[in-house]
Amino acid sequence: MNVNPLAGAPHAHDGDSVSRLMGAVLLALLPVTLYGIALFGWPALNLLMVTVLACLLGEAGCLWLAGRSMRLGLLDGSAVLTGVLLALSLPPWVPWWIGAIGGSFAIVVGKQVFGGTGQNIFNPAMLARVMLLVSFPVEMTTWLEPRPWLSGSAPSFLNGWLITFGHSALTDGVTGATILGHVRTELGMNHALSQILPGHYQPALAAVGWTGGSLGETAEILVLLGGLWLLWRRAITWLIPVAMLSTVLMLASGFHWMNPERFADPVLHLLSGSLMLGAFFIATDPVTSPIAPLGQVVFGIGCGALVYIIRTWGGYPEGVAFAVVLMNAATPLIDHYLRPRIYGRTWRGQPRPVRRKPHET
Amino acid sequence: MNDYRNIVADGLWRNNVVFTQMLALCPLMAVTTTATNGLGMGLATTGVLVASNIVIASLRHWIVEEVRIPIYVLLIAALVSLADMAINAWLHELYKVLGLFIPLIVVNCCVLGRAEAFASRQPVLASAVDGLAMGLGYTLTLMLMGGCREMLGSATLFAQASLLLGQSFVFLETTLIRNYHGFLLMLLPPGGFLVLGFLLAGRRLLERRQS
Repeated sequence: MNVNPLAGAPHAHDGDSVSRLMGAVLLALLPVTLYGIALFGWPALNLLMVTVLACLLGEAGCLWLAGRSMRLGLLDGSAVLTGVLLALSLPPWVPWWIGAIGGSFAIVVGKQVFGGTGQNIFNPAMLARVMLLVSFPVEMTTWLEPRPWLSGSAPSFLNGWLITFGHSALTDGVTGATILGHVRTELGMNHALSQILPGHYQPALAAVGWTGGSLGETAEILVLLGGLWLLWRRAITWLIPVAMLSTVLMLASGFHWMNPERFADPVLHLLSGSLMLGAFFIATDPVTSPIAPLGQVVFGIGCGALVYIIRTWGGYPEGVAFAVVLMNAATPLIDHYLRPRIYGRTWRGQPRPVRRKPHET
Repeated sequence: MNDYRNIVADGLWRNNVVFTQMLALCPLMAVTTTATNGLGMGLATTGVLVASNIVIASLRHWIVEEVRIPIYVLLIAALVSLADMAINAWLHELYKVLGLFIPLIVVNCCVLGRAEAFASRQPVLASAVDGLAMGLGYTLTLMLMGGCREMLGSATLFAQASLLLGQSFVFLETTLIRNYHGFLLMLLPPGGFLVLGFLLAGRRLLERRQS
């Protein structure tokens, strides 16, 4: 839609807009979302709908209060994307009120309080996830083994409804620990990794998502495919994911090489938790990550290092959300110190000296 | 008479310590996990505020301009120490609940703020009224914050009010939702900042509607 043909720069516009970018990210997340729903059944679909609805309602309420165009704000897809990302980062069978509180918190406190789309300091979905984890630790750490659709163990539609909207707490029989959580508990009891891992962790199963975990984080291969597609579409740049993943890989390799019984191997770090999802879909949020390439590298390294530190020595088994939110807070500082060089000027901002040709002197 | 009405309206709403002056936020964040705590802290602060305003207003002609701040601090610290010891001696049950926060009134900037802005240049009676109004306004905001955080965080209201006010006030203690899961964030300092932010936004909205 071109309202004013002689508007300001950029004059050569390739037609990208907020809604197209959000649409691309949503499309890239579609396989992993569908797979997660297939893996965890009706309750996962209910949760996804609850978070998306809560985000849309929160957005609509704030836009109404601020007297802004509701159609533009709701249809640009950013609220839907926040809802989807939040649902993908939650345990799939959490009760509905977790999704509702999280979704409205993400939009109202995480985004609209700062001025709406494009003004937020923190990634809204991750801010909401951190808030939920701090406030409701029991519900947020109740994981379950995958029980795919059409298999005998999957809950029926009615049971799925009861799990999400009913009052019944999950019985112990269906719950289990994630790989990272299991490793953390067992290491705390001074067991060696060679005793812990067999029987609980198989790299091939972890890669296709056959483990307990959040709704959309388990299937690393699908996440990777979606991320690569985004890279190919140039919706994101490669600097942040590569910096983040390689930092975790290098730290994990180094410590694993020093003491393989205490520190898990790098492949386990890559294939468990939400590292892959965070690196491609969450840390690359253009609003909350640095602008300049060097800043993006620093941001990615910071995220990766924090993820490894929290996973290995911190109080929680998984730290992607904390790491991203902490580095979001550092983003203005990174942007301040690591500015790109202005064209035609030196790094210090002075005009570049004119190089005279020899025959002129 | 009109002056006193102005002073009271300023203290309670128009120039409210928290909502307009944005002072005394440190005790506000630390204490307001329940409405009862807010009430206790607010009443203690009100007492000190009235006393310090009276003392400073009556000594205002003798206080030398250049060293007035150290003198105010000295007077307020003496008054807070007195209040601390008095509550410990005569209201020991209350002291067990609030004991930690009473010495903190010394660093409460609204006490020094009223001394500097009002009591140092107004007669004694007006200063006393100002201290009372400001203190009550502060108490109301503390109770409002405490009530919001308590309702969201633990779904109770005025928990343990009988410890503060005596057995006859047991009826104030209400539980809104049984088997509440608890919303821990609201009881932690970030929840205090969130609630304060939304209350401020609500006040702005109210004022915009009125004007």
